Amino acid sequence: MKEDIVLTMRGICKVFPGVMALNGVDFTLRKGEIHALMGENGAGKSTLIKVLTGVYPKDAGEIRVDGVDEAITIRSPQEAQSYGISTVYQEISLCPNLTVAENMFIGRTRGGTVNWKAMEKRAGELLDSLGIPARPRQQLSNCSLAVQQMVAIARAVDTECKVLILDEPTSSLDDKEVEMLFRLMRDLKARGVGIIFVTHFLEQVYEVSDRITVLRNGELVGEYEVEKLPQVQLVAMMIGRELENLSVIRKENPAGAAKKEVRYEARQLSSTESRPFDFYIGKGEVNGFTGLLGSGRSESVRAIFGADPVTGGEVKMEGKKARITKPLDAMKNGIGYLPEDRKRDGIIADLSVRDNIILALQVLRGMGHPISRAKAEAFADEYIKALGIKTASTDTPIGSLSGGNQQKVILARWLLTHPKYLILDEPTRGIDVGTKTEIQKLVLKLAEEGMSVTFISSEIEEMLRTCSRLIVMRDRNIVGELTGDELTQSHVMHTIAGGGGDSE
Amino acid sequence: MNNRKRKAGGLSKYSQLLVPLIAILVLVIFNLIRDPGFFSVGLTTNNNGDPVLQGNLISILNGASELVILSMGMTLVTAACGGQDISVGALAAIAGSVFVKVLKSGGGSISPLLVLGGFLMCCAVAMVFGAFNGSLVAFFNIQPMIATLILFTCGRSIAYWINGGATPTVSSPIINAVGSFIPGIPIPTPILIVLLMGGLFALLFRFTTLGLYIQAVGINQSAARLNGINAVGIKLLSFVILGVCCAVAGMIGVSRLGLINHETLLINIEMDAILAVAIGGNNLGGGKFKMIGSVLGAYAIQALTITLYAMKVPSTDVKAYKAVVIVLLVVMGSPVVKEAADRFTKRIRAARRSDTGKEAA
Amino acid sequence: MEEKGKLRREPITDTQLLMTITVCIFVGMYILAILIWGGGFKKPQMLFDMLNDNAYLIIISCGLTIVMITGSIDISVGGVTALVAMVGVMILNGNLTLFNGLIAALGLGEGARIAFALLMSLLIGLAFGLVQGYLIAHLEIQPFIITLAGMFFARGMITIISVDPQKGPQDLMDILQKRIEMAWLGSPNKKGVMIPARMEIGVVIALVIVVLVYLLLRRTKLGRSFYAVGGNRQSALMLGVNVRQSRFMAHLLCGLLSGIAGFVFMMHTGAGNATNATAAEMNAIASSIIGGTLLTGGVGNVIGTFFGVLTLSTIKSIVTTSGLRDPWWQSITTGAMLCFFILLQSVVLMRKNKRKK
Repeated sequence: MKEDIVLTMRGICKVFPGVMALNGVDFTLRKGEIHALMGENGAGKSTLIKVLTGVYPKDAGEIRVDGVDEAITIRSPQEAQSYGISTVYQEISLCPNLTVAENMFIGRTRGGTVNWKAMEKRAGELLDSLGIPARPRQQLSNCSLAVQQMVAIARAVDTECKVLILDEPTSSLDDKEVEMLFRLMRDLKARGVGIIFVTHFLEQVYEVSDRITVLRNGELVGEYEVEKLPQVQLVAMMIGRELENLSVIRKENPAGAAKKEVRYEARQLSSTESRPFDFYIGKGEVNGFTGLLGSGRSESVRAIFGADPVTGGEVKMEGKKARITKPLDAMKNGIGYLPEDRKRDGIIADLSVRDNIILALQVLRGMGHPISRAKAEAFADEYIKALGIKTASTDTPIGSLSGGNQQKVILARWLLTHPKYLILDEPTRGIDVGTKTEIQKLVLKLAEEGMSVTFISSEIEEMLRTCSRLIVMRDRNIVGELTGDELTQSHVMHTIAGGGGDSE
Repeated sequence: MNNRKRKAGGLSKYSQLLVPLIAILVLVIFNLIRDPGFFSVGLTTNNNGDPVLQGNLISILNGASELVILSMGMTLVTAACGGQDISVGALAAIAGSVFVKVLKSGGGSISPLLVLGGFLMCCAVAMVFGAFNGSLVAFFNIQPMIATLILFTCGRSIAYWINGGATPTVSSPIINAVGSFIPGIPIPTPILIVLLMGGLFALLFRFTTLGLYIQAVGINQSAARLNGINAVGIKLLSFVILGVCCAVAGMIGVSRLGLINHETLLINIEMDAILAVAIGGNNLGGGKFKMIGSVLGAYAIQALTITLYAMKVPSTDVKAYKAVVIVLLVVMGSPVVKEAADRFTKRIRAARRSDTGKEAA
Repeated sequence: MEEKGKLRREPITDTQLLMTITVCIFVGMYILAILIWGGGFKKPQMLFDMLNDNAYLIIISCGLTIVMITGSIDISVGGVTALVAMVGVMILNGNLTLFNGLIAALGLGEGARIAFALLMSLLIGLAFGLVQGYLIAHLEIQPFIITLAGMFFARGMITIISVDPQKGPQDLMDILQKRIEMAWLGSPNKKGVMIPARMEIGVVIALVIVVLVYLLLRRTKLGRSFYAVGGNRQSALMLGVNVRQSRFMAHLLCGLLSGIAGFVFMMHTGAGNATNATAAEMNAIASSIIGGTLLTGGVGNVIGTFFGVLTLSTIKSIVTTSGLRDPWWQSITTGAMLCFFILLQSVVLMRKNKRKK
């Protein structure tokens, strides 16, 4: 039995300032198995992976790998590789300016020179054998994201690896590519590689993995055989005791459903990134865009806000024609937008919490009318209290706050402008469960007060709890609109997948 | 309101000024030890019989004027665009040439109106060139250093061209007043102009949101745009403001000498201006900035130069000593050294804590 | 159909694309110059004169290209070149007593002075590279500031060593300034006498260095790691590239090359002067950019840089030949040309990236 095990982690602890990211976590990986590592955002999955690959030093616990008699310390990704632990990260960590072949071999060849012919030949063979549609001499940045991901995997596979870590490998792949990846994973499994598979997609876990380890709040919940763990139970384990909290929200669901006064209406609105679509939202309504990643849901709301250059369409705000071609237009019309990518589009990391909160209001007031320091301080204090933002002071740079608190600051920024219509794109992504429910409750409360809210989340459950109407998108087109009794998980899933439900 | 909170935040907010302040302090102490009378300021009369202030302190403050003005503008460009303008010296030369050209057009007599016209004209030209640099950076996403390399390469030749291949001189009491002293006021005029510019910037930051916008754009352009800030416009604006600074600096430079020499006017000042920004604790990669830091940095650089002159170091050798001081300053402020120092103090504190712990036990 | 066609065509990297543009423009420009102004441009000597005058710049630009590929910058190169030239000349003409004593003590002949000058060139270049590389790569200080200090230091040292301009002794300079004569590339002068084409030794050194640096960047692991670091520093680290060492080596090499450039400069001019190689760093940056190196890092090639230097000096020749004799036209056209290349690159890369989407 023992020879089967390629990797053991015992009692791993990792502390970040103020947070216990991992608390005594155990993890075991066998030869030739696909082991899913599950947990909500912030459960400690990525921290565990980073400890294993030497990105973070562990604070306690021991790691053993097959073939080494004693517990090992991993100080860098290279050292991890030398123990046969390879990783493919969610954010592709390859060099976009190098060729495909180089990206597969750089940093791991012996000698001081590069033999291009041999390298490109070997890369070509490997790409062929894995069925990756890329050419060795192609510059990586000319490949699609999916292919770049595959190249990263090819690189990892080519090293003599015993442990392959795939951190959210499927998030940027379409169905076909996912299938290709799974074939590859099964192939590797047959060759005896132990694969740690980190993902959010439940179906994928059940399709491909052998065992599941569940983490929650930095602690181990348990390790299970896939067959013996029903999906519902897995979800319950991941969400844990918060289940009760969520059911409270469900009761409040009908909020705003009855109010019919139209607040915002778009006809054949299109932008450089989205196809023309029709859309409306009523006063006090909470609706949502749903669909798979890349279905065009984010692009649609970006078009509403004018975040991408608008190319056509007609927009009416409370019955009056409006011209919204850039974010400032939208803001002037009382629209607020919390972007999908908080780090890239939301926070201004080095600025204080105070400046981040007042930013949108300040822009609305114009360059010549700065908000006084005292007033800004008062606004910041008000919203820090109202939303329960945990920060040392209003002067603290927002970048040093946790993800959930950052999100609350961005939310505060828009609430301060008292928008009539608020768009929230993935407001709960990457934040802890507690904050998630807080935000959901807040959304419903705002709607009750008359605000219109469009909500996007990749977790359908969350949308069902908050939205009274769901617009379903597939391949950049709206394929259905669900209300009332149609708002069930299976119905939504069917509509997203196509060919089911009442659409088409 | 909450005093303690404010204080703690306030102190760390000014920590970036530590390096230039220490530099100035060290220079002051060094000079006082070397020569206790170094900073004494005396009142003498100049050739025109007007009372004027004299002394090393005055020559530091006076000599740094152009550098201070340029580093103010450079701070804005650095913060908004995450890069530096290396064409400021060349642009100042162009502005100076335009200034002289307009003065010469008066046919010998230089009226106050003509000087004003010349100043406005050179401001306008400098703003156009600034906008050229700015549009390369803002619209075409070219790094500032590359974009301004163009004007750096040909700016001084354009200045030469404007004056038709000559280095004309201008002499007039008004120009003299701008470049050295206004009759009756013992303080050199360039110092007054710096104060004026500083005041203008203070008003600009006080009564507009320019500072916030520039920082927002410099830190996260995408987020700034989604909050309704016109990021392209802000970048362009920062270059245009720098253009005005170049015009003012060029005008001072021309007025000091009473002539325009396209080759030597404010030569290499772009390097010093960038240095001033960096010594002032501002990140050359853009983002948060403190203009006062750059100003202090500029005075520190000038103080160092004057100190070296006072020590009889030939003006051509000054650069070498300056280099050593610069390296010392930046090494002090480098992230790696700071981290090491932090770790060191932490270890000492931990050791002390465990000692007291033992004693308590 | 279109998709398939695209896939079959051999894909081109950014580096190759930008380099090709430069080479094409240079060749086109030169042919145009021959067609329009004929005369001087027809003679091969014109090309050799450009090489003779710019050999040192080619070497500096090679170093700068390396540094720029890693996403860094070095503006000390001009200063180091000038300092090395000054020291070299002073060793040759015996104004540095230290070396006089050394040569006397070792009982070496006057010829040994050349060897010492070369040795000191390399050592000074290495020293600058070493210190700057350490401060930039290991202490993570902004390269611009460090190399700016390097430039100040080098320029200041020149006048500390000697305020007066120095001249190399004629006998030794004759050895150093020996030219390679190529009769077969000669052309008749006004009297109809065939004058052979002349090329300085420095050009040979520069060409060898271009080839060596090309091989380094293309064929060695170190060279490729420069590209990786410039492309994405974080990724390079993850891929197992020693980022610190790469950045350090890039600056070290750049320093060494500026040392060699200084020696070549001295061979060409035979003089040490505080104003030597003025603005060479900016000319080198301009050449690299015209040659298709991006200051953002990760893209560039010394072959392109080589043609970048030639393009710049061809423009200057064209300006003088075409009758714009006022002194300001040269740099104004250079600036315009630079502007053209910068915009061209930015547009080409922007369009390429858009198409990918």
